[in-house]
Amino acid sequence: MTYNTDKKGYYGKFGGAYIPEMLHANIEVLKNNYKKITEAKNFQKEYRQLLKDYAGRPTPLYFASRLSEHFKTNVFLKREDLCHTGAHKINNTIGQILLAKKLNKTRIIAETGAGQHGVATATVCALMNMKCIVYMGETDMKRQMPNVERMKMLGAEVVPVYSGNKTLKDATNEAIRDWINNPEAYYLIGSVVGPHPYPEIVAGFQSIISEELKIQMKEKTGNENPDCIIACIGGGSNAAGIFYHYLKNKKVKLIAAEAAGKGIHSGFSAATSVLGKPGILHGSKTLIMQNEDGQITEPYSISAGLDYPGIGPLHAHLFDIKRVKFISITDNQALKAALFLTRMEGIIPALETAHALACLGKIKFTKKEKVVINLSGRGDKDLEAYIKFIKNKKQPQIHR
Amino acid sequence: MNRIDKLFKSKREGILNIYFTAGFPRLNQTAEIIKYLAEAGVDMIEIGIPFSDSLADGPTIQQSNEKALANGMNLKIIFEQLKNIRQSIDIPLILMGSLNPIMQFGINEFCKKCKETGIDGVIIPDLPFSEYIEDYKKTFDKYGIYNIFLITPQTSGDRIKKTDTASKGFIYMVSSSSTTGIKSKIEKSQEEYFKRINRMNLKNPKLIGFGISDNKSFLKACQYANGVVIGSAFIKALSSSKANLKTTINNFVNEIKRTNCCIV
Ligand SMILES: Cc1ncc(COP(=O)(O)O)c(C=O)c1O
Repeated sequence: MTYNTDKKGYYGKFGGAYIPEMLHANIEVLKNNYKKITEAKNFQKEYRQLLKDYAGRPTPLYFASRLSEHFKTNVFLKREDLCHTGAHKINNTIGQILLAKKLNKTRIIAETGAGQHGVATATVCALMNMKCIVYMGETDMKRQMPNVERMKMLGAEVVPVYSGNKTLKDATNEAIRDWINNPEAYYLIGSVVGPHPYPEIVAGFQSIISEELKIQMKEKTGNENPDCIIACIGGGSNAAGIFYHYLKNKKVKLIAAEAAGKGIHSGFSAATSVLGKPGILHGSKTLIMQNEDGQITEPYSISAGLDYPGIGPLHAHLFDIKRVKFISITDNQALKAALFLTRMEGIIPALETAHALACLGKIKFTKKEKVVINLSGRGDKDLEAYIKFIKNKKQPQIHR
Repeated sequence: MNRIDKLFKSKREGILNIYFTAGFPRLNQTAEIIKYLAEAGVDMIEIGIPFSDSLADGPTIQQSNEKALANGMNLKIIFEQLKNIRQSIDIPLILMGSLNPIMQFGINEFCKKCKETGIDGVIIPDLPFSEYIEDYKKTFDKYGIYNIFLITPQTSGDRIKKTDTASKGFIYMVSSSSTTGIKSKIEKSQEEYFKRINRMNLKNPKLIGFGISDNKSFLKACQYANGVVIGSAFIKALSSSKANLKTTINNFVNEIKRTNCCIV
């Protein structure tokens, strides 16, 4: 079994580059050059240096003793929330901005949902003195306001998107359309989605997470393998990153937490593994939520970063071959898990990450097992949702 | 003979191909719009299959897609509405749309329905050349449906030659790198590209699309190709006209084809 793309850019049945001819030349340039560029010694040196000095890597692996005690197992948190800009997204944007530089690009386009990728892109654009245009759904701009202000302060132009549900899917459409209209630009995609070779590029840059994890697990436990790794999944970049170096090792259980919104079958959900069928979205053949006519279903999740009607083709493949187990987490379960982590360990996680944390309450682990959760981001951007949740909880409640 | 071939056999210049989105502005006007376009003297018609997330489309066609979907349009209804179209219409009819709705309908079923209905060709912008050749061509050929390929200013010479070899019907020459309806005229740099393509002496006829919006851009494009495709400008006319459908369509087509234009 292989976990890389084949010659045509597919992970098993999924992937490929389903793009209009207008993007063909651009994708070809990327496809033919990215490996050569990113594997070069100089590139790696600069990338690693920036990860270390600028992004603050390696991120710690933290043994969460109180969580462990509560859940009667051993919980480790991979602290991507401690990265510069507050999430794993910077691992990818540093890599891609260096790639864009090598390709002599100066205008950078990005889409963003939670705003974390937008902030991480605006950040590296400021660093490299490049023009940055970020597309963001209007719904997301409202619910992730702090990140909108951060992007603007960093010098990015944030373009509101009004189509569809005005969320990540729609922002991605607009970013790709911008690229069609401005082929000289570089499209800095934020997750392991989009046409080949993007999923592979992003997974490659995020794989630093599991590269570090192996070393840190060995140091902390004497064994580089945990028993289980849990990550939340929007497009799937933080999950791809923390799964990457463990994919071939079947002894390590891999779990992806997707957003069930108000309930998988409530009509307000983003649980792609349950509701999705193979189809084409954003240039890739993958699992997508759609109606029987092949129209894309508008997804829903309280978490802007998981509010997407698909998953990257690598994850569709991993789901298909049953290498990764998918668990659906509702808004409420995520909110509770976020508050629980905050009170137990003094860490306020991002709403996206909270979905991964909620899995602890859904799976029974043994006392001996070692479970790693990818703490993909911090919750500063989600304070408004948390404040609302806490306030509502204080209202008198009927006890069960 | 495929009606597209028949058309290009009898007419080599000034071909006018009009695109509209099926289901826009109203659900049940597809056959009517086709009839009025044919009566107005249009040479070929592209019937758009609406899609919620079409990447190659600008705001105008996105909005017509959205409206059509809200009206309840889908491929099944399109084929139903076109069931008897060949009793009265003889010009080439082409279906255009994104891959996903077609894929969910089923490629074989889609091509079979196209043949039964009398559809001559299909344009699927996000179906890449290589995927078509490997996975789809056999089915298209079986039912005699032409798949029309796009070329753009960024398409390399080699790829254009490959496209020309694999093409049937005509080549869709996208006038500039853009989504639909963004540009409304032809600029000097685009003429250089048209000339470059003409020097290649391709075996297939060529239609220029994207950025053709009026009589002036129509005549200009016709200097470099066998004709044009107009989409967004027609959708706009449908949206804004206060006249009835027949008059709106007549006026639009007459204005485009007006020959006594001042400066070309
Ligand atoms: C903190 C955090 N985690 C996870 C995600 C989901 O993205 P992905 O699945 O690509 O990791 C996001 C996206 O915005 C995010 O901000």
